[in-house]
Amino acid sequence: MTNMKDLKTLPYKDREFFLQGNATCAGCGLDLSLRWALKALGPKTVIVSPASCLNVVTGVWPKGAPDFPMINMVFAGAASAATGVYHGLKARGIEDYTVVAYAGDGGTTDIGLQALSGAAERGTNIIYVCYDNEAYMNTGVQRSSSTPVGAITTTTYYGKVQQKKNLPGIMSMHNIPYVATASVGDPLDLYDKFKKAKDIKGFKYIHIYAPCPPGWRSPSEKSVEIAKMAIDNGMWILYEIENGFFRLTGKSKRLTDPKKRKPIEEYIKSQGRFRLVKKEQMEKLEQYRELMWNQVSKELLFQQMDEKSR
Amino acid sequence: MTKVESEFEGVHLLKGNFAAAYAARAARVQVVTAFPITPQTLIVEKISDLVDSGKMNCEFIRMESEHSVMAALVGASIAGARTYTGTSGQGLLYMAEPVHWAAGTRLPMVMSIASRGIAPPWNIWADFSDVMSQRDSGWLIQLNSTHQEIYDSVLMGYKITEDPEVMLPLMAAYGGFILSHTSKPVDMPPQSEIDSFLPEIPEKGWDHIFLDADRPMMHGALVMPGDFYQEFRMKIHLAQLRAKEKIKVVTKEFKEKFGRDYGNGLFYEYKTSDAEYIMINYGEIAKQMELTIDTLRNEGYNVGMINLRTYRPFPSEELIEKVKHAKILGVVDRATAFGSPTGGPVSSDVRAALQTSSETRNLSIIPFINGLGGRDVFPEEQREQFEILFHVLDKGEYPKNKDLMHATYWTGTIDRRST
Ligand SMILES: Cc1ncc(C[n+]2csc(CCOP(=O)(O)OP(=O)(O)O)c2C)c(N)n1
Ligand code: SF4
Ligand SMILES: [Mg+2]
Repeated sequence: MTNMKDLKTLPYKDREFFLQGNATCAGCGLDLSLRWALKALGPKTVIVSPASCLNVVTGVWPKGAPDFPMINMVFAGAASAATGVYHGLKARGIEDYTVVAYAGDGGTTDIGLQALSGAAERGTNIIYVCYDNEAYMNTGVQRSSSTPVGAITTTTYYGKVQQKKNLPGIMSMHNIPYVATASVGDPLDLYDKFKKAKDIKGFKYIHIYAPCPPGWRSPSEKSVEIAKMAIDNGMWILYEIENGFFRLTGKSKRLTDPKKRKPIEEYIKSQGRFRLVKKEQMEKLEQYRELMWNQVSKELLFQQMDEKSR
Repeated sequence: MTKVESEFEGVHLLKGNFAAAYAARAARVQVVTAFPITPQTLIVEKISDLVDSGKMNCEFIRMESEHSVMAALVGASIAGARTYTGTSGQGLLYMAEPVHWAAGTRLPMVMSIASRGIAPPWNIWADFSDVMSQRDSGWLIQLNSTHQEIYDSVLMGYKITEDPEVMLPLMAAYGGFILSHTSKPVDMPPQSEIDSFLPEIPEKGWDHIFLDADRPMMHGALVMPGDFYQEFRMKIHLAQLRAKEKIKVVTKEFKEKFGRDYGNGLFYEYKTSDAEYIMINYGEIAKQMELTIDTLRNEGYNVGMINLRTYRPFPSEELIEKVKHAKILGVVDRATAFGSPTGGPVSSDVRAALQTSSETRNLSIIPFINGLGGRDVFPEEQREQFEILFHVLDKGEYPKNKDLMHATYWTGTIDRRST
């Protein structure tokens, strides 16, 4: 586990792969996540990005912020194009590259889900990352199936009715060797997860909570704070599932007891997208948190039983 | 000669789809992505079998959709591999988005298409409307008439697409079932000769296709309206036009090496040099039309045919040169272009192309549409098509019959009035 005191010794602490001058908004969670991910993965990394903010903020031709090979792709083609890159390199005898698909929540939970599921089922040796800003930001904040209930988007003017889709849960059902959630509110945990994923063979899935100030109607300087709040109140749970073994990580480890979770009011108030949330939506948001933690409890319980029987 | 080699060398009775699969093997493709669809499926089944039994050395990936088939092929191609796949009808429509991406990225790849009708109503039989739907995608598009040509087109295809002056993907189409599922002798040259005809792709890739952390490049970035978007698009068109010369050169080299003649590569002629009545046709029914032409020639008619092999780039100047002496032209489409000037894609293009020269501007061009969705086109029907040309030239008017609809003859159409 990487700690604050280790920061000075990280191999790429001074090396930026996703260069300054890129076009992300101030306080962009995507930008933070990618910088940390690349510091963990190192130089021999290829990123495939489907239509999304990432596809655009990397730089308008002929400028480019990525100091790594970067392939922009069609919206539904992240996992499949990354599959092709992996096999193309392999066919040429090149196996020391880490091939990563880096997609938004729309490109992952909606239009790209088929390709993602296919690649996971085939067990292709790539890392698939979803940076989750909980809406289609690039096209001007439309709802995705990853948008939380109550959130205003430009296609849910009065707040989204449905609950957020649990994609890491769906991915864990693919029985892949590694599924993890991460957050830009805990970059060292994120860093460790990427380091781990890099060394695991097979299909790896990492889902990152990544605030978006313009989309969430939140102050740009508050992105990390908001991300931390979501961890502390249990709305975003940090965990990893390694070869079926479930483990809470970071601060989420302490939150199995509901009483330890902070109330969500302050979190909801911190973002303009939730300004129409009334009692009913508040309850639904709490129900969602409940549901996610119930699933965690079940996982932990099964594991205990499993260990006992061994 | 080892046993394995003999399976892939010499003359063998092969289904059209197997000819495509064997050609992909002979071209030493490095990545094949696959998804089944009738009537293409036999290609990927055969490659799957060859790979699993150790007779073919490539990365073979069973994708979960055609969209992913082409997206993965784009990825593999950018990674520097020689790539191949096959599809049909709905599959080609489903992969349309990455099909355009492949051309825009200027990737050399070859895709075999066992063409079939587009649904609804469901239809799985010969009809080239599927490839025609991608005619403006930037891909080079060829149309095959024989089993041997299916094989040869794949080999020549890589040589064309991988030329630095071209760098556009190529699809080669043939009629579903009629060629895909029937067997004919196919002559497969020894691997050593194929290797000398088609060298490996350059180790370091091309100027615009490589994947190297030491010289990182971004593919497919956003381009603003003022920043070369128009120029990039223009370059695709220029490369298409340049491909004409390359196709000619490769076809000639192929003929010198393997003895098989595909004309100038853009089309081949059948008895056109002195023909007054010239039909432009493509695919397997063009091959069949040679019979009708022989019959009519025996009866004293000066008829001939141009078998269009290459639809994109469209061989405008070459066609003008070959038809300018004719008195009348017919163009037969086994495909639709709804709402276009003629209803048929090739006939619309022929009209537009011949308009550009004073020598052909005044030629009558009669459009035909036939054989849609695999409907049989017998020699009698092809004879009737010529007879319509005779009538128009003779009488100066279109013969009125049930098939005439807005100056296009949809021959072989069921006559509702008689049922
Ligand atoms: C096939 C297709 N449909 C729609 C679009 C338009 N589009 C581009 S990005 C995008 C939203 C992306 O959302 P997400 O994946 O969440 O990434 P974000 O923009 O939020 O980073 C949409 C709808 C497209 N490029 N391609
Ligand atoms: S819109 Fe949101 S996700 Fe996109 S660049 Fe800006 S902050 Fe980042
Ligand atoms: Mg998003």
